Amino acid sequence: MIQAILVFNNHGKPRLVRFYQRFPEEIQQQIVRETFHLVLKRDDNICNFLEGGSLIGGSDYKLIYRHYATLYFVFCVDSSESELGILDLIQVFVETLDKCFENVCELDLIFHMDKVHYILQEVVMGGMVLETNMNEIVAQIEAQNRLEKSESGRQP
Amino acid sequence: MPAPIRLRELIRTIRTARTQAEEREMIQKECAAIRSSFREEDNTYRCRNVAKLLYMHMLGYPAHFGQLECLKLIASQKFTDKRIGYLGAMLLLDERQDVHLLMTNCIKNDLNHSTQYVQGLALCTLGCMGSSEMCRDLAGEVEKLLKTSNSYLRKKAALCAVHVIRKVPELMEMFLPATKNLLNEKNHGVLHTSVVLLTEMCERSPDMLAHFRKNEKLVPQLVRILKNLIMSGYSPEHDVSGISDPFLQVRILRLLRILGRNDDDSSEAMNDILAQVATNTETSKNVGNAILYETVLTIMDIKSESGLRVLAINILGRFLLNNDKNIRYVALTSLLKTVQTDHNAVQRHRSTIVDCLKDLDVSIKRRAMELSFALVNGNNIRGMMKELLYFLDSCEPEFKADCASGIFLAAEKYAPSKRWHIDTIMRVLTTAGSYVRDDAVPNLIQLITNSVEMHAYTVQRLYKAILGDYSQQPLVQVAAWCIGEYGDLLVSGQCEEEEPIQVTEDEVLDILESVLISNMSTSVTRGYALTAIMKLSTRFTCTVNRIKKVVSIYGSSIDVELQQRAVEYNALFKKYDHMRSALLERMPVMEKVTTNGPTEIVQTNGETDPTPLETKPPPSGPQPTSQANDLLDLLGGNDITPVIPTAPTSKPASAGGELDLLGDINLTGAPAAAPAPASVPQISQPPFLLDGLSSQPLFNDIATGIPSITAYSKNGLKIEFTFERSNTNPSVTVITIQASNSTELDMTDFVFQAAVPKTFQLQLLSPSSSIVPAFNTGTITQVIKVLNPQKQQLRMRIKLTYNHKGSAMQDLAEVNNFPPQSWQ
Repeated sequence: MIQAILVFNNHGKPRLVRFYQRFPEEIQQQIVRETFHLVLKRDDNICNFLEGGSLIGGSDYKLIYRHYATLYFVFCVDSSESELGILDLIQVFVETLDKCFENVCELDLIFHMDKVHYILQEVVMGGMVLETNMNEIVAQIEAQNRLEKSESGRQP
Repeated sequence: MPAPIRLRELIRTIRTARTQAEEREMIQKECAAIRSSFREEDNTYRCRNVAKLLYMHMLGYPAHFGQLECLKLIASQKFTDKRIGYLGAMLLLDERQDVHLLMTNCIKNDLNHSTQYVQGLALCTLGCMGSSEMCRDLAGEVEKLLKTSNSYLRKKAALCAVHVIRKVPELMEMFLPATKNLLNEKNHGVLHTSVVLLTEMCERSPDMLAHFRKNEKLVPQLVRILKNLIMSGYSPEHDVSGISDPFLQVRILRLLRILGRNDDDSSEAMNDILAQVATNTETSKNVGNAILYETVLTIMDIKSESGLRVLAINILGRFLLNNDKNIRYVALTSLLKTVQTDHNAVQRHRSTIVDCLKDLDVSIKRRAMELSFALVNGNNIRGMMKELLYFLDSCEPEFKADCASGIFLAAEKYAPSKRWHIDTIMRVLTTAGSYVRDDAVPNLIQLITNSVEMHAYTVQRLYKAILGDYSQQPLVQVAAWCIGEYGDLLVSGQCEEEEPIQVTEDEVLDILESVLISNMSTSVTRGYALTAIMKLSTRFTCTVNRIKKVVSIYGSSIDVELQQRAVEYNALFKKYDHMRSALLERMPVMEKVTTNGPTEIVQTNGETDPTPLETKPPPSGPQPTSQANDLLDLLGGNDITPVIPTAPTSKPASAGGELDLLGDINLTGAPAAAPAPASVPQISQPPFLLDGLSSQPLFNDIATGIPSITAYSKNGLKIEFTFERSNTNPSVTVITIQASNSTELDMTDFVFQAAVPKTFQLQLLSPSSSIVPAFNTGTITQVIKVLNPQKQQLRMRIKLTYNHKGSAMQDLAEVNNFPPQSWQ
């Protein structure tokens, strides 16, 4: 099971924060900070797996991360998930974002936080992997966006 | 009131803030605006307000006042509102707020909505944060959706069902019928989530697992699907780097693992497909490796045939040579899991694993270290130890403690020779001396004591080691102890193993004194050093005065521990000089007892058997251990702690139990007390030390006038208790027993045992003999020390065993007539 998905930039500013297990707000922020510090220390030629920090729950949990340009994508998972599989999943997620936003960059994530959440919802649900087919995901997102558009001309 | 700004504008504004304070100000302003907008109950702008709130929440600002608004959005008819409303609910709400229950009705309605995307939202929310009550209420709806033909909804329903099962395990049965057809789907999304659902059910309930194995024929179905995936050729929708839906393959392999575990039939059914996947998968990309990895784990976990297992381990071996760090990490992790069961196969890859110790990556190094320790055995110990010692030298500090402990363990199990063992320990102490764990010091001391022929060599090496540098505490402690014990060997220059060095007594005292003075020495180390100096007073000949001087200086040390020791040692010089050499004798060989604990009853009088507890031959009297167990049983409760009587002679007793008892009575808090066994009471056990040696009142100020009592008088055997209390330590009562025999025959093999309630601690010292002569011509004296920190009423049960008139006698008695002055 995936316990949390965090996306932050090279300075630790959160761009997407999604927890699949309940933590109080202050702890959530602390976890983001702690994870950022752990991940920042890693060289680029080191493996992408980290034993988790103390806050996020102990020895069963690992942090699996990937670094894309200015963003870190970190998935905190327990032992029931395949590490290599999660690495692939991160890749799928990022490629999906790329398709939905057309050459996605950090600014897209910043200004469309809600849309990113919706896309993530089609990939991971309740801490479990829902769909891995990029085209499916994109098709579903587009259908829902059309539905929104048809209801009102304005975007929130 | 002007229209609330859009999310985009808010974000833009916040980004212009240059300091944290500015940002906070902007956010507070916006929060106030949002709050007033909420109060106006304006439907049009609610969703953009909530969106802004969620953004601020992500940055770490409080957003709880938006919770109710999310609910209003969920109840709205518009998809846009529902979308952001549900998102807000998932991010801001959880089971602990009562508000979330209000969602139940909305979700129920939305689960039956005409638009599939609304249904999807409802399923998603329920699956993320539904509480047990919600799940119970809505499980039926979820189950219905699990049977729908709409694949979008079906896959979400499957994951939602997983969540329901996690929250309310009893509902698992309900989803069983719906699972029958799940695997017939073509849609990979549904297949994937169905496999997840089946996995969850199998993991949770062994009955389900059995059911799926037998009735549903799950294994053949999964094998079929897997086969199709591998053989089907190129399928553009599911293709990832040339492999068809690797995620699904991995999931299926995982489920197969659970089905095949401990089950021969299932395992057999999957042998072929596993072999196929293992050999056919492309390994050039990460996805292929993920599948192979999962295959390997499955092969190792089920009851596969040996050929397959060898194949699996070889795949892992290939992984180890891969350039990709992730693959190497994953390989090491799996090898660690399999090393217990397939030890020989993993051994073949030992050299690669050892090479990984030199990797730059911290995670890989840690895994390689753990694996190396698991692979050490009698054959490869020398080679492996070389590598591990080299690793210890160069690794990061966070590893050193674990590595040192691991090396000690491995050395203990497989040391080819004592000299090698001691060399290895020395090496660890000198390279990573400050990272060695505290409990290693007593273990090492015991090891050194037991290697009698190596004493001279050991002390010489240790001396040389601390000559240069005495900052590493564990090293200094061990060295100080050894020098104290074997200092005479050191100065006499006898050493067979290597070139003896010329050391004078003064030089040795110099180094010990520097340790005492040094700022780097901890209190414990200083204690070791002082005791060592004291011990040398009997081993050295020309420097006794110097030692006396050192000892008397520390009599006024600020450190209470040191002061106490010094004062006692001083007393040893002055009043008890005649006993000094006996007291400071060479330590006997220590027994290694594997189980510890005060309930362990050890050898009693007269036995000199150094073998471990289990194989002791029965003593001439009745079995002491069973006796003691009986004592425990008869005492009938948990409130009695049994006592370990010590051997009357100076032969080694099984010191393990003694160790623990004394370890418990940690009056002065000195851990240095632990390693000293006491066949002869040792210096490091104040205040018990001097007391036990004579039955005269020893304390300078004694509480006089405690009446003595007759504790037992039956069949001609009379036992009297006399008491002393100490003013220096009021919790201690010293009882001297005198056993006398008024019959006409001697009582032989006399054993006195005592037990006290749990709040007390008791120590029995050596009795004067084991024969009570007849006609009251003599007595056996024995000293009991009772520690009574809570000043409770003293009670005692005693057990007497002896041989009289040719038969074995045994008696239990309770002593309740302790005078109040003995314990108040």
